[in-house]
Amino acid sequence: MSTPGLNRLTIHEAGRRLAAGDVTSVELTEAVLDRIATTDSAVRAYLTVTPEQAVAQARAADERRASGEGGPLLGVPIAVKDVLCTEGIPTTAGSRILEGFVPPYDATVVRRLKEDGAVIIGKTNTDEFAMGSSTENSAYFATRNPWDLGRVPGGSSGGSAAAVAADACVAALGSDTGGSVRQPAALCGVVGLKPTYGRVSRYGLIAFASSLDQVGVLTKDVADAAILLGGIAGSDPCDGTATDLPVPDYAALLTADVEGVRIGVMQEAFVKGLQPEVEAAVWTAVDRLVELGAELHEVSLPHADYALPVFYLIAPAEASANLARYDGVRYGHREEAESLDSMYKRTRGRGFGPEVKRRIMLGTYVLSAGYYDAYYLKAQKARTLIKADFDAAFEEVDVILGPTTPTTAFGIGEKIDDPLQMYLSDVFTLSMNLAGICGLSVPCGFDEQGLPIGLQVTGPAFGEERVLRVALAYEQACDWRLRRPDL
Amino acid sequence: MKLDREEVGHMADLARLALSGRELSLYREQLSAILEHFQRLQELDTEDIPPTASVLPLRSVTRDDETRPPLRRERVLENAPDTEGGCFRVPAALE
Repeated sequence: MSTPGLNRLTIHEAGRRLAAGDVTSVELTEAVLDRIATTDSAVRAYLTVTPEQAVAQARAADERRASGEGGPLLGVPIAVKDVLCTEGIPTTAGSRILEGFVPPYDATVVRRLKEDGAVIIGKTNTDEFAMGSSTENSAYFATRNPWDLGRVPGGSSGGSAAAVAADACVAALGSDTGGSVRQPAALCGVVGLKPTYGRVSRYGLIAFASSLDQVGVLTKDVADAAILLGGIAGSDPCDGTATDLPVPDYAALLTADVEGVRIGVMQEAFVKGLQPEVEAAVWTAVDRLVELGAELHEVSLPHADYALPVFYLIAPAEASANLARYDGVRYGHREEAESLDSMYKRTRGRGFGPEVKRRIMLGTYVLSAGYYDAYYLKAQKARTLIKADFDAAFEEVDVILGPTTPTTAFGIGEKIDDPLQMYLSDVFTLSMNLAGICGLSVPCGFDEQGLPIGLQVTGPAFGEERVLRVALAYEQACDWRLRRPDL
Repeated sequence: MKLDREEVGHMADLARLALSGRELSLYREQLSAILEHFQRLQELDTEDIPPTASVLPLRSVTRDDETRPPLRRERVLENAPDTEGGCFRVPAALE
């Protein structure tokens, strides 16, 4: 029998108790496994749980600690989104086409966590190939929002967000191509950080849209986001886009002082379709930060309104190329056929789900002769304008605030038949990926139905430190993080 | 603007996707609606604006040309649906 309540610890709380010797990693890991056993049949956050490996890793972490080693992640159970390769543990990307695939290597971020002594507790559910905003596009099952099991957790890192919210892990890794860490974090009432493009290696991250994809973290509080980012960031010989800029010690530099910090509020976010309670919560949060000493500025991002078409032209185009590799030859599912060409077509037609096929079709169309200039090239030019808006705004302010999502969590099945409506739930998070900058969602209240609301804090490229600082100042001035879903 | 049926079928061919008649007509509807919605982009003046393919400045990454052990062949082939003699096996590509 495990010690009750240990699963609720944050990384920094667990780290302190492990270091003090009043809890072991094995006890902590068993508490998390027990929590998964009691809640995950309802929440369904995990595609794969790895109890034997996890306990073995916990035991090894306890031995490392006994021999004098330390570190903030040593012995801490972390969940990993199933788009990140884990050696010897099935990795599906939420797709039938990768059913049974067991990677022969670890993603760089997973390898780094293991080297730091973190315990990999399991693989979390995701929209197929990270394409979606609700985790309903998983080929296996839909994950439920721990705050209301009839609602979606958001997506595509919905499994990771739900696992963190349910205290069914200490923290989790996700990936964010257009909001897939921040949006589910907002809908599940946890912290979600998408680092700057190039801050974290993408090696071993199953590619969706390579110019937009970034590995991110989902945590119970802001301090944990700083710790976990520090654990995964940095250059990598296996990913030429992972920059060799030095990685600051985010956790050590973290302060809640926002005196004189210039915050901008994104005017374009306050549009029709924004849930009034979300709007009110964001403005209350802004006022709070001003009381704490921040300076308020208005900023305008005139091309923000074009982010949705630009994203949904560029991302599917890149996806259509990236997903060409799933052809039934080297890994995953194959449909037998007489000829090679019909084997490819049948394998892909059966192996991919509806949203993935829709995006491959869209991407193929916008890249095809006759449409390339009108759609794809046009979108790439508009991307330049969207990035220039942010460059100009960050001349005036240090961070930009706004809602993470237009509404709180929506019902399961509510948007699944209307792709455009589903795409709109990412409308505030897409432009940061297009600009390659960093953003974080931190809980900023609840609506009348008790569903969490997220405040988005956006910073310039490699501005993670100031984003974390503003989010921490806000978090410490409120007590939202003390609320837990009733599971 | 509505995509015609042949065009949608051609895209499926290019993407090597075997789609049912029902899927073809559903995607025809949905992709037409999505592209219609995205027409708004055409109002944006992008004359003289360079395209952005990646936000990072392009740079070459080099490393020393040293040999390293690759993944073991058996390990790589373990995930393949069909293998023969240490290779991936596929249906005949040539008649």
